[in-house]
Amino acid sequence: MSERSDDASAAPRAEGVRYDQARYVENGQYEPLLSEKDLTRVEIGAEGDETDDGDGGDGSDSPLPDHLTRDSLELPELSEPELARHYTRLSQMIYGIDSGPYPLGSCTMKYNPKFTEDVAALPKAAVHPDRSERSLQGTLELLYRLQDYLGRIGGMDAVTLQPPAGAAGEFVGIRVAAAYHEHNGEDHRDEVIVPESAHGTNFATAALGGYDVVSLPSDDEGRVDLEALEAALSEQTAALMLTNPNTLGLFERDIERIAEMVHDVGGLLYYDGANLNALLGRARPGDMGFDVMHYNVHKTFATPHGGGGPGAGPVGVVDELAPFLPAPRVREGDKTKSGESTYELFDPEHTIGHVHGYQGNWLVLVKAFAYIARLGDAGLSDASAKAVLNANYLASQLEYDIPYEPFHHEFVASAGDQDAADVAKRMLDYGVHPPTTKWPEIVSEALMTEPTEVESKGTLDRLAAAFNAVAAEDDETLEAAPGRTTARRIDQTSAARNPRLSWHAIGNTDDE
Amino acid sequence: MSFEIPDDRRYLESHEWALEENGTVRVGISDFAQDELGDVVFVELPETGDDLTQEDEFGVIESIKAVSDLYAPVSGEVTAVNEDLFDAPELVNEDPFGEGWMLEIDADDTDELEALLSAEEYEDQIA
Repeated sequence: MSERSDDASAAPRAEGVRYDQARYVENGQYEPLLSEKDLTRVEIGAEGDETDDGDGGDGSDSPLPDHLTRDSLELPELSEPELARHYTRLSQMIYGIDSGPYPLGSCTMKYNPKFTEDVAALPKAAVHPDRSERSLQGTLELLYRLQDYLGRIGGMDAVTLQPPAGAAGEFVGIRVAAAYHEHNGEDHRDEVIVPESAHGTNFATAALGGYDVVSLPSDDEGRVDLEALEAALSEQTAALMLTNPNTLGLFERDIERIAEMVHDVGGLLYYDGANLNALLGRARPGDMGFDVMHYNVHKTFATPHGGGGPGAGPVGVVDELAPFLPAPRVREGDKTKSGESTYELFDPEHTIGHVHGYQGNWLVLVKAFAYIARLGDAGLSDASAKAVLNANYLASQLEYDIPYEPFHHEFVASAGDQDAADVAKRMLDYGVHPPTTKWPEIVSEALMTEPTEVESKGTLDRLAAAFNAVAAEDDETLEAAPGRTTARRIDQTSAARNPRLSWHAIGNTDDE
Repeated sequence: MSFEIPDDRRYLESHEWALEENGTVRVGISDFAQDELGDVVFVELPETGDDLTQEDEFGVIESIKAVSDLYAPVSGEVTAVNEDLFDAPELVNEDPFGEGWMLEIDADDTDELEALLSAEEYEDQIA
């Protein structure tokens, strides 16, 4: 193997020499993609012998055990159109917000405008966060302005953009509240009150934050029961977590009274931003008396829902809690000699520390910023108005009973004698995504529906027609659904009893 | 819908049943409970020799709908565990009062069972 002693780094290499970055040339030869000095070279067949006498390549000389090696790789060989069709077909087998209406209540599955993707794809958006502050002024200005936008939208005095998801934002919010109480010598407060109808994350957040969860029942109209709240509040109360409008889409009319009651015992009022889309530009949690809140930018500000990918869940607080926010935040620095604004990072005085690297998921924040900046005050107010109008129009067209009114951006219908899960499966056959089902539990067989502001009257009519067609069908039809989708009903019981936790091919060539 | 509620045993409000024979108490969950849970997919039980305290959690039952804690009807030492449930959790659905039993406890004091509900009282609770 004389090639191996050659200096010519780009020369194709013989079989048996492996590079960590290489390209196949021909006849079993590879050439390195990196320059010679960067190579990590594995020489097959050398076996502790530093001389180049191994010929390698036939598997039997591999340093790996036999059962871990193979003679050939069955790589697919397809033409471009075959490949394009394969992936196009796969994309058509699923259903997303780009396919049609997606009225999952509480999830605010609004359309993600494509211009925000364009903005996030700008070369200037791709900056390394470790660069000097001076060279990152544009990035810092955007973050500063987003902190400001969110603060003004929520009526909050200070905002952190770090938390990487809504649930992470909740956790940060509760940690900030805990740090505030501890700082004031009030660490005996060990209870967080959560309404029964609240999102499951609220219970989890409170528990993970180290608090005992006190569950609060709703009154007959579906709102916070003030008498029950009075009974639940005490010197042990660290916070009350609420969303407004609540899970039934109802506005908590007594919110100012509630805030007073919570503050009277020294507790804090936490706002879950899940339903902020109903209030945009119309009412602000800060004005209602909330002290700390998180924003679900994937709901309210149309960034993609995470699905396990990067997200963002900024947290806003009133002045008293600002010193405890995660570090670093962005603030304005001294003006330059020519009078231009500058921006700098700083650590809040009693910060709870870092909750994410750098400023959080920057490109998600860029999309949220772009969305807010594009819509502006008038656009955001218009979004909430249409979200509420759409929910009310859709509800007016449905045959299903809707026990709690007047709702805002979402409503909870009851499937009555039908099983809500079966209704959902059957709606798939009508080519639309079903609502959230069986939750909240205060409505039996709940169909929790949130069309969002993005749907036209025509789409809402099509959605209503799907609901009403299913409402008229018998249980047998519903139980057999879906019949027109790519995948039939999943056998959840077998999947749970006999889970297959790693991928393997269904059948192989021997079976065919 | 009516559920089977054998009157040879006592019940907890949390839907476990307890059947005592010569100081040994067999434990399972009721027909009503298995129906509410739906298809059971997993049961986690203590080990033989573990000591239990009345009304403390002794295990976990998981169905396609929910995960619930299981509570001991009586204090004592676990003398037997129904290992069939690990491979066939569906036994809880198919035969909650028989093949779907979970534990046998050597009760410290069988008088503790007096505090539990009778079949009649349990029937009133789930009515």
